[in-house]
Amino acid sequence: MSGKFVVGYDGSVSARRALEFAVDRAKAQGGSIVLAHVLEWSPYSFLTPSELEERHKRRREEMARAEAQLNETVVKELKEAGVPVETVIRYGNTADLLGKIASETGAIQIVVGREGQSALEARIFGSVAGALVQTSPVPCTIVP
Amino acid sequence: MHHKNLFAAFAALLALAAAPARAQSIDETVNQIFADSTGWFVSLIFSNFPGTTFPWIVAWLVVGATVFTLYFGFIQFRAVGHAISLVKGDYSDPNDAGEVSHFQALATALSGTVGLGNIAGVAVAVSIGGPGATFWMILAGLMGMASKFTECTLGVKYRNEYEDGRVSGGPMYYLSKGFAERGLPGGKILAVLFSVFCILGALGGGNMFQANQAHQQISGILGEYPGWITGIVFAGVVFAVIVGGLKSIARVTEKIVPFMGILYVGTALIIIAMNADKIGWAFGEILAGAFTGLGVAGGMVGALIQGFKRAAFSNEAGVGSAAIAHSAVRTKEPITEGLVSLLEPFIDTVVICTMTALVIIITGQLVAGPDGNYLLNEAGTAIQTVGGTSGVGLTSAAFGSAISWFPYILAVAVVLFAFSTMISWSYYGLKAWTYLFGEGETKELVFKVIFCIFVVIGAAANLGPVIDFSDAAIFAMAVVNIIGLYFLMPIVKRELDSYLSRLRSGEITKFV
Repeated sequence: MSGKFVVGYDGSVSARRALEFAVDRAKAQGGSIVLAHVLEWSPYSFLTPSELEERHKRRREEMARAEAQLNETVVKELKEAGVPVETVIRYGNTADLLGKIASETGAIQIVVGREGQSALEARIFGSVAGALVQTSPVPCTIVP
Repeated sequence: MHHKNLFAAFAALLALAAAPARAQSIDETVNQIFADSTGWFVSLIFSNFPGTTFPWIVAWLVVGATVFTLYFGFIQFRAVGHAISLVKGDYSDPNDAGEVSHFQALATALSGTVGLGNIAGVAVAVSIGGPGATFWMILAGLMGMASKFTECTLGVKYRNEYEDGRVSGGPMYYLSKGFAERGLPGGKILAVLFSVFCILGALGGGNMFQANQAHQQISGILGEYPGWITGIVFAGVVFAVIVGGLKSIARVTEKIVPFMGILYVGTALIIIAMNADKIGWAFGEILAGAFTGLGVAGGMVGALIQGFKRAAFSNEAGVGSAAIAHSAVRTKEPITEGLVSLLEPFIDTVVICTMTALVIIITGQLVAGPDGNYLLNEAGTAIQTVGGTSGVGLTSAAFGSAISWFPYILAVAVVLFAFSTMISWSYYGLKAWTYLFGEGETKELVFKVIFCIFVVIGAAANLGPVIDFSDAAIFAMAVVNIIGLYFLMPIVKRELDSYLSRLRSGEITKFV
């Protein structure tokens, strides 16, 4: 069965491992990769008035920067390797959005890396992998 | 930022602290010069109707709020449910994530208004106007919701969206653009007048009053010391944030302030619950005082004037300042931000101010004589308080009488509220300044330095002249703004009707 693999990609070493894992599977099946980059964002955070004024501008800049970075590095690499790839950049909660992106793109699996936090750290700061396991609409692979 | 400019700015700030030998007299000198130079402006704004003791400016605000309430069919009561779903983000497009949400615009506007007006201003109202002032304050808060709705809708509708992606707006823009659109003359003149008053308001209520009360609170705990020292410290931090771009300080404050607000209301509720047997009595005092004055200076009219004045000063409804903060929200419908802004006077005045007033009344800070009437102080200007306190000191004493260590927390809250209000108002003032003089680094720096200098003046001056000037400047903004709102309210009405009919027909739905 061929299909799409959503990879949560933030440029970190662990995300890189997840990507490699997903690329191997996609290649074997003739599937494709959806690179999902989530910029952590809460609509309930607090901003100063001048930050409000500049928010739209900053968002545009952040999106453009993220897109350029993905295109210059991984997207180019994957295309050269002959793996079809699309990118999605969103604002919000990482775990929620990876699930949403998987549903929207009709992906068959989500692949994410793991930071290797201690149980205590994960408890305090939350872990994307942990949250995803609970909420993912499709099978989910966590690459250590 | 040019280093030369920065250096000059620092030098200007330091010049104020350059005469330690005269330290004792600095406060007095500042106070004298300040009172002399602003007196005429204060008496103009607060002059009474001929032959009465009723200031025209209070009537102006009440009439404005009443007109908007009736014109929009009690929108403040009809739309609360919808306003809450808007804040929750039920109607926000998920693709707009990362843009300014309704919640953020409301929270930022609130952090500009929830400040010393809620803590010190209410104490002033209750000590001069008696418990009855609370009733008029709540009423003014409820009515003010309609004024806020009108101005914030216009703020979003006529905002500027710049090429580079910045979004900003406010009364100066809706006055000039809205009047032009309706083919009315004079919009530009009103916009200029508004900007002038907004700069004064930013320096007064948004700055000096805050610095002054923060100093009173700190010196109440650490012991008396000259106000200019607090002023220099505050000015330095404000300078670091608005000139130096030290966003981290502002961000930390913005995060702590909402927490402090909740802590404040929570503590007030606990104190009220501790005195549960007196709640009925307190409301009795409030209602009786509202209509009889209970022998307070000025009687019923005195209570009414104080209540309305302090409510307006606290929630700024009709003043136009909040329209600046609300205008950056991401929405296709300006009316949605107007509806969200309805909640602001409610939270600020009906909830937080009322808590302060109840705590002061319930803990028995106001001294009553054997006949039940309140006793006046020696000067006959206000009700006697237990420790002879006034302003923020009175609130602090009231909380302290129930929870002995709370004044320390209150001091931290006051300093933070003062600081966040200053940051907000420095922005409002700056927007008015750039409207008048145009944008540009040097021009903006000039305003920011002036702003910091006024922090020092505010901390050094006595409460009386500062509070008078602060009130006068802020109410002067309301004079211009409300004239504008009368002419522009049909536009808001059209937007509201169209939005509500589309909401009913199901054209506007929640995003799931």
